[in-house]
Amino acid sequence: MGTMRTVPDFSVVRSGHEVQIPEQVSVPWQGLHRAVSRAPTIPGPAPAGRGGAAPRMRSGAAAAPRHRRGGAAAAAPAGAAGGGGGRRGRKKMPGKLKVKIVAGRHLPVMDRASDLTDAFVEVKFGNTTFKTDVYPKSLNPQWNSEWFKFEVDDEELQDEPLQITVLDHDTYSANDAIGKVYIDIDPLLYSEAATVISGWFPIYDTIHGIRGEINVVVKVDLFNDLNRFRQSSCGVKFFCTTSIPKCYRAVVIHGFVEELVVNEDPEYQWIDRIRTPRASNEARQRLISLMSGELQRKIGLKVLEMRGNAVVGYLQCFDLEGESGLVVRAIGTACTLDKLSNTSAFLPACNSPSKEMKEIPFNEDPNPNTYSSGPSTPLKNQTYSFSPSKSYSRQSSSSDTDLSLTPKTGMGSGSAGKEGGPFKTLLRQQTQSALEQREFPFFTLTTFPPGFLLHVGGVVSARSVKLLDRIHNPDEPETRDAWWAEIRQEIKSHAKALGCHAVVGYSESTSICEEVCILSASGTAAVLNPRFLQDGTMEGCLEQRIEEASPPGCGFCHIPYDELNMPFPAHLTYCYNCRKQKVPDVLFTTIDLPVEAIVVGKGCLIQARLCRLKKKAQAEANATSISNLLPFMEYEVHTQLMNKLKLRGMNALFGLRIQITVGENMLMGLASATGVYLAALPTPGGIQIAGKTPNDGTYEQHISHMQKKINDTIAKNKELYEINPPELPEEIIGSPIPEPRQRSRLLRSQSESSDEVTELDLSHGKKDAFVLEIDDTDAMEDVHSLLTDVPPPSGFYSCNTEIMPGINNWTPEIQMFTAVRVSRLSNINPTNQTLNKNFNDLCENLLKSLYFKLRSMVPCCLCHVNFTVALPEDELVQIAVTAVAITYDKNQALQANKAPTEKSQQRASTDNEEQLQFPLELCSDPLSSQPFSPAKATSLEKASPLAEGYLRHRSVPSCTNSTVSVVKMTPLSFLPGAKITKYLGIINMFFIRETTSLREEGGVSGFLHAFIAEVFAMVRAHVAALGGNAVVSYIMKQCVFMENPNKNQAQCLINVSGDAVIFVRESELEMLPVQPSAAAPQHTSSAGDVTT
Amino acid sequence: MSSDLDVFVGNTTLIDEEVYRLWLDGHSVAEAVARRLRGGVLEREGTSVAVLQSDTRDHYRTFQMLERLLHAPPRLLQQLLFQIPPERQALLIQRYYAFDEALARELLGKKLSKGTKKELDEVSARTGVGIRSCRRQFDNFKRVFKAVEELRGPLAENIQQLFLLPPALARDYAAIVFFANSRFETGKRRLQFLSFADFAACAQSLMGHWSQGALAPEAAEPDGDLPKSFLQDLKELKVLVADKDLLDQHKSLVCSALRGKISVHNELEANFKALSRALVNVGGKLTHARDVRDFFVDLVEKVIEPCRSDKWSPGDLRLFLTHYTAAPRNLPGFRHQALWERYMAAISACLLRMYHD
Repeated sequence: MGTMRTVPDFSVVRSGHEVQIPEQVSVPWQGLHRAVSRAPTIPGPAPAGRGGAAPRMRSGAAAAPRHRRGGAAAAAPAGAAGGGGGRRGRKKMPGKLKVKIVAGRHLPVMDRASDLTDAFVEVKFGNTTFKTDVYPKSLNPQWNSEWFKFEVDDEELQDEPLQITVLDHDTYSANDAIGKVYIDIDPLLYSEAATVISGWFPIYDTIHGIRGEINVVVKVDLFNDLNRFRQSSCGVKFFCTTSIPKCYRAVVIHGFVEELVVNEDPEYQWIDRIRTPRASNEARQRLISLMSGELQRKIGLKVLEMRGNAVVGYLQCFDLEGESGLVVRAIGTACTLDKLSNTSAFLPACNSPSKEMKEIPFNEDPNPNTYSSGPSTPLKNQTYSFSPSKSYSRQSSSSDTDLSLTPKTGMGSGSAGKEGGPFKTLLRQQTQSALEQREFPFFTLTTFPPGFLLHVGGVVSARSVKLLDRIHNPDEPETRDAWWAEIRQEIKSHAKALGCHAVVGYSESTSICEEVCILSASGTAAVLNPRFLQDGTMEGCLEQRIEEASPPGCGFCHIPYDELNMPFPAHLTYCYNCRKQKVPDVLFTTIDLPVEAIVVGKGCLIQARLCRLKKKAQAEANATSISNLLPFMEYEVHTQLMNKLKLRGMNALFGLRIQITVGENMLMGLASATGVYLAALPTPGGIQIAGKTPNDGTYEQHISHMQKKINDTIAKNKELYEINPPELPEEIIGSPIPEPRQRSRLLRSQSESSDEVTELDLSHGKKDAFVLEIDDTDAMEDVHSLLTDVPPPSGFYSCNTEIMPGINNWTPEIQMFTAVRVSRLSNINPTNQTLNKNFNDLCENLLKSLYFKLRSMVPCCLCHVNFTVALPEDELVQIAVTAVAITYDKNQALQANKAPTEKSQQRASTDNEEQLQFPLELCSDPLSSQPFSPAKATSLEKASPLAEGYLRHRSVPSCTNSTVSVVKMTPLSFLPGAKITKYLGIINMFFIRETTSLREEGGVSGFLHAFIAEVFAMVRAHVAALGGNAVVSYIMKQCVFMENPNKNQAQCLINVSGDAVIFVRESELEMLPVQPSAAAPQHTSSAGDVTT
Repeated sequence: MSSDLDVFVGNTTLIDEEVYRLWLDGHSVAEAVARRLRGGVLEREGTSVAVLQSDTRDHYRTFQMLERLLHAPPRLLQQLLFQIPPERQALLIQRYYAFDEALARELLGKKLSKGTKKELDEVSARTGVGIRSCRRQFDNFKRVFKAVEELRGPLAENIQQLFLLPPALARDYAAIVFFANSRFETGKRRLQFLSFADFAACAQSLMGHWSQGALAPEAAEPDGDLPKSFLQDLKELKVLVADKDLLDQHKSLVCSALRGKISVHNELEANFKALSRALVNVGGKLTHARDVRDFFVDLVEKVIEPCRSDKWSPGDLRLFLTHYTAAPRNLPGFRHQALWERYMAAISACLLRMYHD
């Protein structure tokens, strides 16, 4: 009888234009009055049941996760002895897990008297435990054990981790644990992944960290043939990568899969524990490992139901809800993937899709390189007036006027849009039929095969504030399910409003503080090509080409919504690339820059940062105040992003990720995105600031000084990011000639008087720049903060997307890193301004520090810069950044820029053959039986512009010197200059580390530094043991750090994931043409693998 | 807004050579930051002091964590915690074990004990090497000493294998171990003119010519100890000075051979007996640990100083030693020529190395 209480939700649609704000906030520019702003309601029974009504179910030592749905699944997999009985009706696939403990090294001294250790090993799987003999008096024991054999069913294999405990034998007292190794044996269950896990694993202890290493060999024999494989989810492959993995071909992209599993947290208050912290942390690690396994298996089952064979873009997260429990949830995109038989083969004509599309009748004059025609801004500019008055309660009167006016004025020259109308409708219908049957047409992918993504509507997001209740019955976690379902519905309807039937680049996140939880979901509304979404839809291939009317490089920018019936007033122009379709003036998305997109210059990381104080409150009051604050934060974040984008002279954001973090007494918002100049979109106007008191001379002077600074910054940025769009002879197409300095006004006004509105209207149509009105110190601060963002030092670029727009000659040197900072906000009486400034400085300093650290790699680019903000305590802000620095060749870049054909425009990633490879495959007939011919492999040479640089950086897997093999890690889905030949399985690891001697371990920094290094080491060791030499799509999903300096204690939880792969340098590939399997380092036993 | 916690961890461990140097020199974070500032890094990179501090602290933490591994360099190669390219690993080890010769000179022949460590303050003051660096280097000496003390075979090779040092550095450590083991006195005022390099060269000569490893590589005793039987045998050589006839004949053979060849012939004739006694007796005393200590003092006091006061040139000394060593071959009744030459080879090499101002 779990009670659920709902507090007002808040949701946003954003396409670069529209922010939805609850009515009481007034409407931002082009805002839409659709947002929910309900009064706090508490549906369902009164909250009396909370806490006490249902007996708290503690599941004892086993703490097995409960099954989520279906009471039939009664037995917890790990719980009861002989755990196999009574599970689902499906067939079991018995298998044999074999483990051999070979040796240990560098063990700690456990016996002070002899300075030695008498070590032995316990190997546990499910409820079966084996032990090795004691190897006396050695720090480098050689157990060389027999094969320990576990007879298990497949469900157990998927859920359970193999648990290896190293102990010190003690004749007189209890044996001391030295540490543990958890091995996820999932990769051994796919027919194509690893066949053996073998190598040195760090022995990990939650208190002491890594204590020596142990050499283990693990194998799995499944007794079933491949046909029966399909009846369990054992065969389903998982990928964290948010694109179609490099050596696969997508036959069908089925769509969204999600699942969540809940359980009680074995330790929700870590400091006052009854059992030893070590025991509880170990229970927690084991439980989460178990829950992840279970979750993955269940997702796998769903994928099989959808007749897919893989999950791409798999993202699993933990919600540590404290007393309410522990939620493990995952989302992903189900696909049917085909392994490419020859990974070194490429399709020859990289440009073929574009060629085809040029012949489309609909598009008579598609030459994208001639800018002979093109409408300039036919629409009058949008104005918006927003009044963030102190009370935040006033209703604005101006925006409504604008809203009603704008569409009408915009109708003047929209013939092309009408022309496109019927096609769009047709397309929409088709897509709809493809997506209709799906509950949620969401895709966690961020990169797509060309042709898949037809139009992008804009960012859609939804947030909801919830109060956490104890999960009374973990077997029925419907509450959490319902919460997410609600949010997804919201997202779906937002997408619909944008004329889109799908959401791509979809992700979900939570922020929890005490009993309040903000659930967030966001994605990019899009229109997709239905061809990829159904099994065997071969028949409409030709017709569908017609729908792909949009030329490459700009098609996705064209508005998916009907111009006559726009969901929100937008400023539309004809596409600057093809002149045929309408495009918005700015585009915000959560996806990566499409490969075919035509960009001008380079991109850059853009962040909006924001703090809002909030009163400390309890329960509903707290939730209400949070939901009241959220719209303002969304709005502010959006404004900041927009201003910063303009300041850089750019017109589109990719990879947008907005994080709202809730703390005891404040909310923090951090948005990161990569700004680019899309050639298809109009040139952004500048920013103009206007004073509020025009008669004050010194004030005027100040204003004009600020204005000059802003103008200078824009000019400087344009130079820095090489934004020189070709000049367009606007007159030719007869559209209004823009004034030299187009301006419109963005007013921040506190007064309600309508005269401002009139004033605004006067300036309409002539200006397309923002006007920032300096009406109070707040605004002044805002303008200042705009200018405090320092561009990266020369030689550095940064972005939060996979690849940096405009750089295409990466060299193979990469450096992945994680940086964490925790800062104390020391202000006694903090105000929003001081907090903003502190937060801004914190982020800027962190970036500065990164640039300094990596200065030896210049010229280089920080890619996939991922900031996460947490508010662990009252006055503490924690920022964690993971990114990869990749060097590039400056000289080649210059040449590329000078290439006459290129002009100043470049395809987003002309270099990235690996990315092209798959998409091209898709463009061909999906059911074609001859995807590759050997002759096509020739394009490989062409694809590697960096051949000479490679040999230096060869990562030679351990052969001779018994040195440790190098394992690369990157948050990207590819390695520059290398070819991924095999995916070995998903890495999903969860660690807890604690200390009771914080000072002795070098304080908080020393503690965390060591822990992060240990996490990296354990990831690398697991990858190496699988036979891999890299982790791609690596992500640190959680880093929860808590300290109690008074007690000299600290604790940290880290959750990381990624895909273990084998890669081969392209230079090596050239040398040994078709033998990618030679890359498998040590395991000759896996050589028989057919799939590589 | 102060940063309580501030870490940066790379998948490949970043090593800044400049900061490593500062850390090895024993500077605190604050001192290191100050020095980096003076190096002009701020202007070069256009960054802030806070960034520099954070960076320095990061590196210092890394080095502190690495230090444990550097104590047993092969572990640095095997460990999984830090991913460091091989050439960087080599650099880390080499720099960590590199030492200040002035400091090593001070410590040569001293027992590498706690007592000595306590005196490092003075040593630090005398040599200008930071006290923390002194302690680290002292610990390095001691660690290497302990590790190879009991091992058989050539000292330098053992050190090279256990500590993965470059050959030249390994040889220097061998010298330090050799001195520490034999406890030669090197601190006397009259020995002050000798540098660490002089002593290291001497140690190599002594080990090269005298140690068992030089004769049979698989010999039973460690190289650091001079073989007992050899030292015992050296007593046999006393006959060269104890027997009046032999001494006279030896003198005449040498003097006649050198007539006209050296500028100090008269002085040679006058001092031959004293020199020969000194040279032979140095060896004869080596069986007693107490006398071993005086080996270099004796050489300087009884050979080098007299020669120097008589204004022998290094060339004179070389010629003299060559003939002096060769002559007994022609002495009737002297049956220890092989032993004698083995003995004198090392002594000559030492003397020639030490014969300077």
